[in-house]
Amino acid sequence: MIGNIAHSALLVSVPVVALGVILTPVAIRRARREWLQLVYGAVYANFLLVSIATISMVVALVTHDFSVSYVAAVGSRSTPLLFTIISLWGALEGSILFWAWVLAMYAAAVVWLHSRRPGDLVPYAAMTLLAVSAFFAILLVGPADPFRPVFPVPSDGPGPNTLLQNHILMAVHPPLLYLGYVGMTVPFAFAIGAIISNEATSNEWAQLSRRWMLASWGFLTAAIIAGMWWSYEVLGWGGYWAWDPVENASFLPWLTATAYLHSVMVQERRNMLRLWTLNLCVATFVLTILGTFLTRSGILSSVHAFTTGSIGYYFLGFIGVVLVATLVLVAGHSDRIRTPGKLGGAASRETVFLLNNLFLTAVMLTVLVGTLYPLIAEALRGVKVSVGEPFFNRMTVPAMVALIFLMGVGPSLPWGSTTVADARKRLTPPLIGALIMAVIAIAVGTRSIYAILAFTFVGYAAMGNLREYWIGMRARRKAHGESWPVSLARLVRGNRRRYGGYVAHIGILFVAIGVTASSTFRTEREATLLPGETLTVSGKTVRLKNVWGREEPQRSVIGATLDILSKDGSVTGTLEPRMNFYRVSDQPVPTPDVKSSIAGDLYVNLMAFEANGANATIKVIVEPLVPWIWFGGLVIVVGSVIGMFHGGRRTAPEQSVAT
Amino acid sequence: MIKYLPAVVSLLVFSGIAGEAQTGTPPPRSTVRSDSALEARTTAVASTLRCPVCQGESIQDSPSELAQQMRAVVRDKLRAGETPEQIKAYFAARYGEWILLEPRMTGLNVVLYVLPVVIILGGLVIVVYLVRKWTRPV
Amino acid sequence: MNWKRSLIALLAAVPVLALFAFGFTRNPAEIESPLPGRQAPLFTLAVLSPGEGAMARIPGDTLRLADLAGKVVVVNFWASWCLPCRTEHAALSETARYYADKPVQFVGVLYNDEPAAGLRWISEMGGMSYPGVTDVESRTAIDYGLYGVPETFIIDPSGRVAHKHLGPITADVLRRVTDSVLINMAPAAKAAKSTAG
Repeated sequence: MIGNIAHSALLVSVPVVALGVILTPVAIRRARREWLQLVYGAVYANFLLVSIATISMVVALVTHDFSVSYVAAVGSRSTPLLFTIISLWGALEGSILFWAWVLAMYAAAVVWLHSRRPGDLVPYAAMTLLAVSAFFAILLVGPADPFRPVFPVPSDGPGPNTLLQNHILMAVHPPLLYLGYVGMTVPFAFAIGAIISNEATSNEWAQLSRRWMLASWGFLTAAIIAGMWWSYEVLGWGGYWAWDPVENASFLPWLTATAYLHSVMVQERRNMLRLWTLNLCVATFVLTILGTFLTRSGILSSVHAFTTGSIGYYFLGFIGVVLVATLVLVAGHSDRIRTPGKLGGAASRETVFLLNNLFLTAVMLTVLVGTLYPLIAEALRGVKVSVGEPFFNRMTVPAMVALIFLMGVGPSLPWGSTTVADARKRLTPPLIGALIMAVIAIAVGTRSIYAILAFTFVGYAAMGNLREYWIGMRARRKAHGESWPVSLARLVRGNRRRYGGYVAHIGILFVAIGVTASSTFRTEREATLLPGETLTVSGKTVRLKNVWGREEPQRSVIGATLDILSKDGSVTGTLEPRMNFYRVSDQPVPTPDVKSSIAGDLYVNLMAFEANGANATIKVIVEPLVPWIWFGGLVIVVGSVIGMFHGGRRTAPEQSVAT
Repeated sequence: MIKYLPAVVSLLVFSGIAGEAQTGTPPPRSTVRSDSALEARTTAVASTLRCPVCQGESIQDSPSELAQQMRAVVRDKLRAGETPEQIKAYFAARYGEWILLEPRMTGLNVVLYVLPVVIILGGLVIVVYLVRKWTRPV
Repeated sequence: MNWKRSLIALLAAVPVLALFAFGFTRNPAEIESPLPGRQAPLFTLAVLSPGEGAMARIPGDTLRLADLAGKVVVVNFWASWCLPCRTEHAALSETARYYADKPVQFVGVLYNDEPAAGLRWISEMGGMSYPGVTDVESRTAIDYGLYGVPETFIIDPSGRVAHKHLGPITADVLRRVTDSVLINMAPAAKAAKSTAG
């Protein structure tokens, strides 16, 4: 019943969306702007219809309505309520529905906020959003229909993928990811709208799209960090990033979006890099679709990939349409969009932004080619190869280390130009930070050159960014006699974009320090212990207490209890790594236990156990500073929130560009 | 979970009887290893080999039985004096090039290693060119 | 619109799309083994269960691949916890009986399993017509590049891997491959004899 309602809603959304797409150019060409209200109406109607379908799905999941195909595939009466609700995005069809819903929401928000703006930019952006929605609507009534009736109705289902029902972060990571991924359609829509409406020569589209990109970037960053955390807490190998195709798929648009957020400033300030910025904007969207395609089509093997049917072909078709349409549009109009560059001097923030964009793009291309290389090798050499962690680390770390350095240089240099002497004066003080970090790094035993450089540059960049606050606060105190906290608050409020950006930088530095420290100083040991035996890993000692078992409705749990011993042998805490055996799966899901402190994590995983409980094989990993990564993610989100809600920005004087 | 079922069921039964070692079972083994230099070298090699029964994980990171046994092979071969390259070649001859997480630097694979360097160097040239062009007085 | 430029950009999209389309024709989970055509890794394994007739071995003895030179050797990896192994068992056992009077030796290698569980499984399945051996720490399995069970290797009389089969094998495949190896072997053996004579 509920399946029929939802399915009908989705069926209706197809012509509604199609009507909106077709009507937009007609309305504008024939100068019947009142028809645009119908287009906007289609956007709202689509949001309403997809909302009905999404809510229906949640209701069907919660009420265990196994007559709905998706519920029959992922639902189970024994699954706890929370995991039942979040299985909405736990498998292919549900995730497509969720995607369509988030997209419909973004489209409605864009129309709600911007439709009163004169000109053709917003109508064409709405049209682009509707066109992307149309693809998902077609998927949802065709190959990815989650509401197919099931007959006879099963009495119970298998429940969601066991990896996905094992941790609460699965309630957080996917929605953030979709909000980030799908949100990047909005800046893309403004870019396409700008080209079609001939407004790409003004900076208006950049101002509109920048804020949406920043919001999506914040969501995507949070999603990536949450995903790292999930993989750290669930997969049991003590790592958070494995350069898996799915991880790469989320990293690629992040890189271009980060490049965009920097280049768009150059565009707004100096009225240059217009074509490049537009390309980054378009590339970001294409990479989100590409990433989705790679993970949904099954052409690359990945831990996280969904199993698929014909949906991959639809995605390939969609990528084809998107690539062809955008390439033709952008390349065809590139002469008109391009603006002559003009720099005040080489020693300027603009130059640093050029380098920042170069390194971000280089990392993106390296990761992209590395991710696709198994496919390329098979096509050209006929051999299956793997491209994994050792390759990506070797090839991307140098550029990422360089980016950390630039993060300190950029904020220290002024816009426009400066003299070499002034540049030197500005770039010298952060060297103190660099020196301190270099000394610490070497003192604690860092030997890898990249790790030493990374620590050193983190020190440089931290000092460079913090010094900007200090300079600003000092100036305010002098001018207005404000106290330190008041001056900080007013400083940030006065230029949210700038100081929000610096907060995000500092967040990135936390992540960088956590990643560098945990990968450099990670020590691990694995041993089979008898109860009472101890295992010591870089000064941390654990003692196996016992091995136990427990029955739960949807799973059997085997666990080991370990005491953490202090130097004098007293017990300072316990750890309970477990293995969860779900009824529906033939693979146990490891559930490591982690004791965190500011200095790092003691990570313990149960690898194997004797059937009589006589022993347990335990892997103990000591990973310094891992919690700094999660904290850094939070700081980045705070930074992007500060940067998002700003009053507006003065723009570069309009230049009329000869066409 | 058919493979693990007996062990899980038996442990669920045993856990009722607190912790005591059961009679009639083989003496349990304990393997607290001590040679940390060998372990470090094993870890380094094992991190570059892909686990055949998992997806995308190295045999170092995978908890699967086969991965553990493959690590033992790596350890024994290192102890016997084989070089990491020889060990990688051994596994590649058995499992195919697929097992190497870092592709060999030969043939077409070279492109994979050269391309990022070309992009960065070429990009630097372009940035220098643009900055010079854009700072030239009109 | 600069259509010329659009067209050039469009051409750039073609190889990317072609690559993805090619991806659909491939299964990333299917990895070709480098072993067929190469010398089969030697093994020396302890006999667990005897088997019957000419192929029989005494439990506790060792079975060496090197001693089987001149015979076609069918090596099947199996385990008691492996469900597909149950479906292929009858085919293996019967085909082994069929070749009992030919220079063919079947061997069942128990993979990652308790010997007791393996023996129990054999009696549960109504016997195994060829010897079963145990593989401590899966050394032989790793030597053969094993991904999982069941996997079957057919080794020709010169000791080269003639065929690798992933998943449950059928009597048809076993017969077809073994026969073709046997046919190739006949003239080779004759030629060897004539040069010797």
